[in-house]
Amino acid sequence: MTVLSTHDVSVTLEGRPVLQHVHLEVDEGEIVALLGANGSGKSTLVRAAVGLVPIDDGQVELFCTPLAKFRAWRRLGYVPQHTRAAAGVPATVQEVVMSGRLSHRPFAGLARTSDYDAVVGAVARVGLADRLRSPLAELSGGQQQRVLIARALAGDADLLVMDEPTSGVDHENQEAIAELLGGLVNEGASVVLVAHELGPMRGLVDRVVVLDDGRVVATGDVTAAVHEEHEQVHHHTEPPEPRPDVLGGEGVFR
Amino acid sequence: MIELLDREFMQRALVAATFTGLAAPAIGTYLVQRRLALLGDGLGHVALTGVALGLLTGIAPLLMALLVAAAGAVLIELLRMYGRTSADVALAMLFYGGIAGGVLLIDLADEGAGKLNSYLFGSILTVSSSDLWIVGGLGVLVIALAIGLSPQLFAVCQDEEHARVSGVPVQAYSILISVLAAVTITVAMRTVGLLLVSALMVVPVAAAQQLTRSFRATHLAAMVVGLLAALGGVVTSYEINARPGPTIVVLALAGFGVAALAGAVARRRRTATL
Repeated sequence: MTVLSTHDVSVTLEGRPVLQHVHLEVDEGEIVALLGANGSGKSTLVRAAVGLVPIDDGQVELFCTPLAKFRAWRRLGYVPQHTRAAAGVPATVQEVVMSGRLSHRPFAGLARTSDYDAVVGAVARVGLADRLRSPLAELSGGQQQRVLIARALAGDADLLVMDEPTSGVDHENQEAIAELLGGLVNEGASVVLVAHELGPMRGLVDRVVVLDDGRVVATGDVTAAVHEEHEQVHHHTEPPEPRPDVLGGEGVFR
Repeated sequence: MIELLDREFMQRALVAATFTGLAAPAIGTYLVQRRLALLGDGLGHVALTGVALGLLTGIAPLLMALLVAAAGAVLIELLRMYGRTSADVALAMLFYGGIAGGVLLIDLADEGAGKLNSYLFGSILTVSSSDLWIVGGLGVLVIALAIGLSPQLFAVCQDEEHARVSGVPVQAYSILISVLAAVTITVAMRTVGLLLVSALMVVPVAAAQQLTRSFRATHLAAMVVGLLAALGGVVTSYEINARPGPTIVVLALAGFGVAALAGAVARRRRTATL
């Protein structure tokens, strides 16, 4: 089954085309990495796929349901790109991860034991069990990133969409995240992740999709990508022309 | 002190202060969390136009303030969502339009400076029993929603995008938060007054988080600080013959000072023991 697909998707942000006619399909149980330079549109693609960025053209489907009709949010776990500027009020790891249970909880009422169990389990899974009651602000950047992953895990989602889960994360934390992904692969989860470079996640990724200037320029299986990143991946189209560095595709809509 | 409580106007003022002291930080915590601490100030200014409209037309000023501030709240959220104007410029326009329109209309209504002052800075002598019903009803509404919907409101204010991908109707909750802030202004306007109501939404939260580590503890502690400041301020203002609004806010700020000091000491101890 296809868990995520974009068909001929184009996105324009602030008058600039960020994605142009992008096709992407992710099958159940697959781990797909979107690679590309800053401004290539890789983050915008996942943000469009989960409905955070409006698309101009094309179709997005999650679990074979058009995005506009998609309501099974509990099947989707989303890890945004690094923590935004911290919120103005302190919050503990437990409180933040509990937000990941929202799609499971009734409209009103206290969290149930099953919610607490899921939160404790998810926090333990990212290796932060001893920090459950720590304020988020007391954690390092890499640990905060793991908290956001725990929030996505707490919902028992079938598909995880992760926007640069390892960017700005030290090597030790990258290893921890890669190990976690390895475990998820074994359980049959589907993962779409955006990365600048794969680092310790190399061995886990089934397929890479390389974007440049808003277009898919290459796809390849992991064996092609493992050695030399995307230089050795087969190019479907002309190699990209050099671009000015000023294009900042991500984050315009924040 | 006891004889103070025998006076009916004082009883009414204290009941109004109770609802105000609890409701303002209850919703203010979310405003601070979203980094919209000044939203309450802008809405307070807009509410002045509502009060003035009420005085001009002879319709209950409290209800007019509620309607106009709530309309302002919806407007500002829509501007934030769809407008090209950045949120802070939109807020600034609310500030100035509200206060200018309010004062202008009060002048046209030929009301004295005393009347204007009582709305701007609160007045314990003028809480009528019909005001009290409105204040109580709306206060309970704000407190109940701010606590009851806390999982959703927390999620929206902590990480709007994650909330959206969790299926939370973020726009509806954003509007709800702003409208509840507008309702709180109506609740608070007889006690702290429109110019300082925002302080009671923000200062208790700032005081609480000097000592707390979790969101829930901050939320509840802020309500306690707000309640103490509001009740203490009303009593003190009577004793020293000052207006209640500034007295309440100065007390809340003093509470912040004490909490900041205690927090610094606690943190130093913790690092010393590590």
